[in-house]
Amino acid sequence: MPKEPVAVVGIGQTKHVAARRDVSIAGLVREAALRALADAELTWADIDAVVIGKAPDFFEGVMMPELYLADALGAVGKPMLRVHTAGSVGGSTALVAANLVAARVHRTVLTLAFEKQSESNAMWGLSLPVPFQQPLLAGAGGFFAPHVRAYMRRTGAPDTIGSLVAYKDRRNALKNPYAHLHEHDLTLEKVQASPMLWDPIRYSETCPSSDGACAMILTDRAGADRAPRPAAWVHGGAMRSEPTLFAGKDFVSPQAGQDCAADVYRQAGITDPRREIDAVEMYVPFSWYEPMWLENLGFAEEGEGWKLTEAGATELDGDLPVNPSGGVLSTNPIGASGMIRFAEAALQVRGDAGEHQVEGARRALGHAYGGGAQFFSMWLVGDTPPAG
Amino acid sequence: MTAVTPPPEALRAPLVVEFPFTRSLGPVQSAFLTGLRERTVLGVRTEAGEVLVPPVEYDPATAAELRELVEVATTGTVTTWAWNPEPRPGQPLATPFAWVLVRLDGADTALLHALDAPGPEAVRTGLRVRIRWAAERAGAITDIACFEPHESAREHEPAPHDGRFDAPVTGIVAPARLDYTYSPGRAQTRYLHALGERRTVGERCPSCAKVYVPPRGACPTCGVATTDQVEVGPRGTVTTFCIVNIKAKNLDIEVPYVYAHIALDGAGLALHGRIGGIPYDQVRMGLRVEPVWSEDGRYPDHYRPTGEPDADYDTYKELL
Repeated sequence: MPKEPVAVVGIGQTKHVAARRDVSIAGLVREAALRALADAELTWADIDAVVIGKAPDFFEGVMMPELYLADALGAVGKPMLRVHTAGSVGGSTALVAANLVAARVHRTVLTLAFEKQSESNAMWGLSLPVPFQQPLLAGAGGFFAPHVRAYMRRTGAPDTIGSLVAYKDRRNALKNPYAHLHEHDLTLEKVQASPMLWDPIRYSETCPSSDGACAMILTDRAGADRAPRPAAWVHGGAMRSEPTLFAGKDFVSPQAGQDCAADVYRQAGITDPRREIDAVEMYVPFSWYEPMWLENLGFAEEGEGWKLTEAGATELDGDLPVNPSGGVLSTNPIGASGMIRFAEAALQVRGDAGEHQVEGARRALGHAYGGGAQFFSMWLVGDTPPAG
Repeated sequence: MTAVTPPPEALRAPLVVEFPFTRSLGPVQSAFLTGLRERTVLGVRTEAGEVLVPPVEYDPATAAELRELVEVATTGTVTTWAWNPEPRPGQPLATPFAWVLVRLDGADTALLHALDAPGPEAVRTGLRVRIRWAAERAGAITDIACFEPHESAREHEPAPHDGRFDAPVTGIVAPARLDYTYSPGRAQTRYLHALGERRTVGERCPSCAKVYVPPRGACPTCGVATTDQVEVGPRGTVTTFCIVNIKAKNLDIEVPYVYAHIALDGAGLALHGRIGGIPYDQVRMGLRVEPVWSEDGRYPDHYRPTGEPDADYDTYKELL
């Protein structure tokens, strides 16, 4: 029996900000869930299961927050699952939900991811003082900056590429009312003059710390037929993992990322991603990860990713717009960041992205990664049901 | 190369994880905790008309948003209990007490708290109790010091309450602390013992022949136990690095400094360290370095240039 086609019929986000002191965690997730339900014109009674994700518990210090969020998400009498894959969790959460529909376990699933970074300190949560181990000597960006330098050495990319990405994403964010950073006065010169924190990463090339939530309603073909607005259809979805550290790991272009993308393209019948995909929402927490992932995801040959960025191909009006929403560089509620990528890809093919809509987008890729480039999750969505 | 031998005993050490998490309360919890400060216990009425104490923001049965607050009594009935003969630090009472679920008069659900009683024989389900308020109250569940036995009439009709107070509490600090005993395991213990002799000893995977430094007892790629101990270094190559220009918390290192990935000669992957003995802006990929030990450090304090010619990119590009 073929898989049930999966449709995204409702999307909701909170306005992402540095601190939502007016709401509890329950109030925050509720806001996104209600917006997704309203978008789909559904009620709690229409939801068969809830699949929720967030970053590690240490980030807010609520062990198993899904226990106390069941009330807020209408989960009484229904299955509720939590997914847990570090920074990629928003993506893998959506995929677990999609698989429940595809397998005909449930017909309509609410999936949601969140983070309230203001209630904790992610850097603390990631650097517990484990006895006998040498402490990380470099802070948040210090983990990533050496890999960026390795990319620059491997490809000969000019050192301005990172600033082009940051400037583009922050300008795109101005067109996205839900984005956290709205830096109206930012110029490329200001990005390039911002303090060098972890050389070669500048301040303006790093992601913010945000409070926010994102929710989606996934349903089957019958549910999509009843939906009031166009659906985004899942054409492919995959997850891949690899160890955090192992001999032979390629931090610049991890094998798990390449394999994950290849699986998604195979499912979706994509043979030339650069030409066949109209918009990409990829997880870029530091600006240089755009050219790195362009290569890892097969949009460019090895060593050529930065040339797409430099040529403007990834601009909102380029031929391969990347992060039209402003991306993680503009909005980063960690646990939700992956789901926002997936949801923004769906918004694009639904033609519902507002001012940051890519004209005529029919296929879009949502991408997330996390855990020291260990977990990858991606989906490809289209404006028509998958063939077959 | 020597066969892996177990050390006398794996190392162990305490690991304490603690953090003062903050909580934004939202409207319902804000009213509840501010109410406690004012010796007022608030519940919330569900769509079915039940009164939940402590209150919740969303109806557990219907998912409806709940905002109809009511004031319940400060007296109630024990619905179940457990005796706690040896209170631990941070618990509500320092002397033996009962954990109790108390249904306050006017409420339909029970609140978890402590009951001050002389012994388990003095506690029973159905016991009538009342709140003993803390002398100093700040808008927290600890504003209820505990419950105490108290005979009183049971009748109480919850009264509507708008939940408004002067200077409402909108957030709390919720310190969390976890006490672990941590053991790095046998492989890392072997590694640490060798470091004590200022030698770096990895372990080789019998399947892929890569040498893991630090060793973990198994190869994460092949999933088999590492079999041989292999001394690596002491010299190595800087594979990549960054220049740190901002001071990290709890690190007493003057900025700027170079944080590098260093592949020790013979190791299958790079480890991390600081580079010294050379101006930060002259550090480069391929730089040959050696460890500099401090008097009492477990790990090298930093690595310094050896003066050898730089390693060719092709010799370390697979280690990036």
